[in-house]
Amino acid sequence: MTEGPQFLETLKARFGDRIRGANLENIDPWVEVAPEAIVEVCRFLKTDPDARFDMLNCISGVDYFQPDPAKAKRASFEPHLEVVYHLSSTVTKHTLVLKVMLPRWKDDQEGVLPELDSVASVWRGAAWHEREVYDLMGVWFRNHPGLKRILLPEDWEGHPLRKDYELPLEYHGIRGR
Amino acid sequence: MATANREQIIELDVRTDELLVNMGPQHPSTHGVLRLVLKTDGEIVTHVEPHIGYLHRCAEKIGENLTPRQWIPYTDRMDYLAAMNMNLGWSLCVEKLLQYELPEKARHLRVIIAELGRIASHLVGMGAYGLDLGTFSPFLYAFREREKILNLFEEACGARLTNSYITPGGATADLPPGWLEKCEAFLDQFEPVIAEYHALLTTNAIFIQRTAGIGVMSAEMAIDYGCTGPVLRGSGVDHDLRRDGEERYTEMYDGYAFEVIVQKDGHYPRDHDYPPVPPEAVLGDCWHRFYVRMLEVVQAIDIIRQGIEFYRSAEGDWGHPIKLNTKLPKGEVYLETECPRGQMGFYLVSDGSAIPWRTRARSSCFCNLSVTEELCRGCLLADVPAIVGSLDIVMGEIDR
Repeated sequence: MTEGPQFLETLKARFGDRIRGANLENIDPWVEVAPEAIVEVCRFLKTDPDARFDMLNCISGVDYFQPDPAKAKRASFEPHLEVVYHLSSTVTKHTLVLKVMLPRWKDDQEGVLPELDSVASVWRGAAWHEREVYDLMGVWFRNHPGLKRILLPEDWEGHPLRKDYELPLEYHGIRGR
Repeated sequence: MATANREQIIELDVRTDELLVNMGPQHPSTHGVLRLVLKTDGEIVTHVEPHIGYLHRCAEKIGENLTPRQWIPYTDRMDYLAAMNMNLGWSLCVEKLLQYELPEKARHLRVIIAELGRIASHLVGMGAYGLDLGTFSPFLYAFREREKILNLFEEACGARLTNSYITPGGATADLPPGWLEKCEAFLDQFEPVIAEYHALLTTNAIFIQRTAGIGVMSAEMAIDYGCTGPVLRGSGVDHDLRRDGEERYTEMYDGYAFEVIVQKDGHYPRDHDYPPVPPEAVLGDCWHRFYVRMLEVVQAIDIIRQGIEFYRSAEGDWGHPIKLNTKLPKGEVYLETECPRGQMGFYLVSDGSAIPWRTRARSSCFCNLSVTEELCRGCLLADVPAIVGSLDIVMGEIDR
């Protein structure tokens, strides 16, 4: 039950080129939003009487990076990170997928996390999802009510769901590799 | 009168220091390894911070190194109290990507198994909730019946807890001969027993005092936090994926007659056979969340009975698992199913090889637990186990 193409037109009319694109051929069609517009788009989707996406189901991070140089040449994507928002409505029962494309590292400086605005001010439930994405995928959420690791210990280093993540040699005397 | 006033004055005058109370991770009423750090002002909780992750087993990272069928056992170990429902969620997600059409018989087999899983899970939820509130016997009564369901599961697939039975393409085996009769015999025996649970808990005066009006969550708050399942419906939101979900999931329940268990106009569906809502209870409190689960058990019995009839008359075979190394088409899918604890979602990104590029599990308990910070603020210290217990969390699913 995903929204049809006319809904995409409404979004495009309102947000212009901040709606970067869409893929309607995929099984779950998705809409790509510019990183700086994500909070505004989400607030519109939640409050607009026609959309009413009152529930945020999930925020996931996906790392597009091929660590194997031999395979990387054949990879069909440029290295980047995606943050995927799955929304649904308890009123209209529609679902929607939003995507934000981010660089793997901010300003291409390895080790500096890419930044994105937090949507915790739109849905309170987003706070924990964003903590998880930060913890496992390494995306820094600005204006978050308390961004810190959630599943891993606070002194853990690295973000394990990155494709180039390497297990530490040891952690507090426990052998890793 | 004068003494009462003096007492009041003394009470206001006594300043208590803020006390930090650590609950868990090895606390009997935390349902696994959950740690709550509570700030208290006397008996009042002023701040709660849940610490999770003690059971984190990198399930999502492991999923990036295995084929979808190999990942099935890992889904078992997420919500280990409803492993069948977790298998189902992941299987449907993979089938959605493969655009696989399931045979009719397999569909009914899955409904029977999934609803049995729902009963088994709610029985633990009910029994363990009694334990949280200090009564031991309902737990024993609940496990007596749960054992019979686990026996049925064992006969169908060989495993009692981590079943790995439902798999992309159908199930690993057909139901053995004579299984349906045993299942029917169980349902006939189980249905009258539910009255015992209501006598032990639902109408118990102490139970009502401990749960009614405690931890009241408004519908708006439940939706905003992404709460699902009985937690959402206990707040009066009419939302159940078995009816409102994606077509690939709802078509599984095509032809089944059932109602969403939610209070409408002060009444629950079919509540006439069961104890009435006590006057102290407020919609969205612990008591309502508990009651929704109890009624869902009754409804699940009804669905299984219909499923058995459908299964008997269904044509064709029960489906066969896909090959272990089936190449996945390029693309990405997300699918949520109504698990006993809420909406469990799986997100699968495929780059065209047999191994997914990314697997993601959206945990229902994760979202349900995230409300504790707000829900427990201002409540009494003794009510914290009652509130956390009413959310019916399983840490394996939260930490993955």
